[in-house]
Amino acid sequence: MYVAVKGGEKAIKNAHRLLAEKRRGPKEIPELSIAQIKEQLSLSVSRVMAEGSLFDEDLAALAIKQARGDLIEAIFLVRAYRTTLPRLAYSLPIRTDKMSVERRVSATYKDLPGGQILGPTFDYTHRLLDFDLMETTEDNLSEESSEDTESQKSEIDIHTPEVVMPRVLGGLLNNEGLIQAETLPENEEEHPVGDLTREPLEFPVDRDQRLQNLARGDEGFILSLGYSTQRGYARNHAFVGEIRLGTVSIEIQPSELGFTIDIGDLEITECETVNQFQGSKTEPPQFTRGYGLVFGQNERKAISMALVDRALRAKEMGEEIVAPAQDEEFVMSHSDNIQATGFVEHIKLPHYVDFQAELGLVRRMREEQQNTPTQQTQTQQAAE
Amino acid sequence: MSQNTTASSYNYAYLDEQTKRMIRRALLKAVAIPGYQVPFAGREMPMPYGWGTGGVQVTATVIGPSDTLKVIDQGSDDTTNAVSIRQFFEKTADINTTEKTKDATVIQTRHRIPEETLTEGQILVYQVPIPEPLRFLEPRETETRKMHALEEYGLMHVKLYEDISRHGHIATTYAYPVKVNGRYVMDPSPTPKFDNPKMDNCAALQLFGAGREKRIYAIPPYTKVQSLDFEDHPFEIQSWDQDCALCGSTDSFLDEVILDDKGNRMFVCSDSDYCQSRQDNSMSPSVEHTLSQASQMQSVNSEASK
Repeated sequence: MYVAVKGGEKAIKNAHRLLAEKRRGPKEIPELSIAQIKEQLSLSVSRVMAEGSLFDEDLAALAIKQARGDLIEAIFLVRAYRTTLPRLAYSLPIRTDKMSVERRVSATYKDLPGGQILGPTFDYTHRLLDFDLMETTEDNLSEESSEDTESQKSEIDIHTPEVVMPRVLGGLLNNEGLIQAETLPENEEEHPVGDLTREPLEFPVDRDQRLQNLARGDEGFILSLGYSTQRGYARNHAFVGEIRLGTVSIEIQPSELGFTIDIGDLEITECETVNQFQGSKTEPPQFTRGYGLVFGQNERKAISMALVDRALRAKEMGEEIVAPAQDEEFVMSHSDNIQATGFVEHIKLPHYVDFQAELGLVRRMREEQQNTPTQQTQTQQAAE
Repeated sequence: MSQNTTASSYNYAYLDEQTKRMIRRALLKAVAIPGYQVPFAGREMPMPYGWGTGGVQVTATVIGPSDTLKVIDQGSDDTTNAVSIRQFFEKTADINTTEKTKDATVIQTRHRIPEETLTEGQILVYQVPIPEPLRFLEPRETETRKMHALEEYGLMHVKLYEDISRHGHIATTYAYPVKVNGRYVMDPSPTPKFDNPKMDNCAALQLFGAGREKRIYAIPPYTKVQSLDFEDHPFEIQSWDQDCALCGSTDSFLDEVILDDKGNRMFVCSDSDYCQSRQDNSMSPSVEHTLSQASQMQSVNSEASK
């Protein structure tokens, strides 16, 4: 009974009990429902789905509730669940040009076919605390704004059905040949799209695996890397060609049927950036692209992802690799917050065996230093 | 936490059979090329990366209902993470567990090799944080894989040589690099170098799982494992001036336990099962004396934790 952590079994049980109590909080306050989290903390739900790599709003909301609002912990819960699910089928590529659009803006054109649609955005709000929200009321929408909504509703409805809304970088800019073409995989039978959750990461990698890694990667990490490219570390000025938010349908095509089946909808945010490119020996000067795609509504992540994607294409563009955001080994090995949080936090586990070994070494080295002071200074001088 | 009810809705030993097959293939390759790091598509596990997910995946893949599992962390069966992993397999794999090294068919470990000599038929599964022995000399995976392929280990020898020229001895005390089967330089995981000789010509199968880094490697039974050294600076292991205060062992790895804030300390075996069985076999009066000292210490500990 000498190990201080003896009794670990009982301690763990008590820790779990305390955690359950903390999660629930005081009993006189009503418990959060999954529906409340799903409908009122929907941006948290978006993030958990995106980085958890599983589109399921209910499970994401459950994970947020169970994790006491710790989103990385919630992402972890979703990942550990997702990894046990069987692969039933692979869908056809989603068609974002056929998206049922809720928001769509372009920073490169003032107006364009399909128009600019602001949708539900914080962009033009003043960040003033709305003290009215301190009180829960039946309906927080003020008279004025609900009137607005009425008048706008008809207008919004025009866009939501299948209205042609060509993608800025796909249909519009490409007509002139000013932007690098997005090449489709030539033979998907021989070169199937990579899947990092089924195949181990081996460098160097192709863009498909990089994009998958970025889509699952930590929002904060991708944001900071994207930011670093704007501040001169692999500077490559980007314009947001287009951001769109909305739902797309997922289709599968069972080989025995020969026709497609719509199996459901997916809410996604897509961002395409336009970047300068000076041209190379083989390529004329033209615009290049960065691409971002995330589950749910998350423009911050989509834009950051597009910036980092473009930076990571340095090698194929023949650009010099000088900054972290261009270094695929650096970016991809450190973007996953579940890996990062696990490894960072594991240092709180006992390490007394290793520490004991280090203790012995430091004592020995100090002893040696004290015993031979003159020789030590000599070797130091020699080293200098 | 209603984990008992959810356990039944998962496959035996948590992982689905396809995943197990994938890991078994990696394990076979690893055994065929001793010391070589085989990339594998590691899965997310319901415990954090860095907490033994690689070891857990390997154990989940090799374990069956007739196995008896022992889990140790820092040599002890009762450290919190060892308890957590043991409970995970009790729940998901419905197996018997033990604290006795000789009774176990599969032993999952973090940072130690049991003191008791392992036997044929036993499997020792190591949890590995950083599988690449060259990682702190060269951070790039593309480079280190090339170095292994070309058997280009000069950088490692230079590092060890620099230690000697600076300190007069090699200043690596754990995760001390070894050469396996005369070919691959391998990281033995952060076990103290004290344990390195136990890996050599070991009767048990040694499997290494790094979950976050997605690598598996292995040492088949009776394989030569050599700790890197120089002719004039041969490899040596740690030794202590004291014996274990509880069992009197003179040849086991000792942990330092701080008794008070006045600099008093005692040294006890890190391998709790080894220590306990030695105490059970011979209860000498002097040992009883130190035991009472230890129980005093424990009461101090519990005071402190309040």
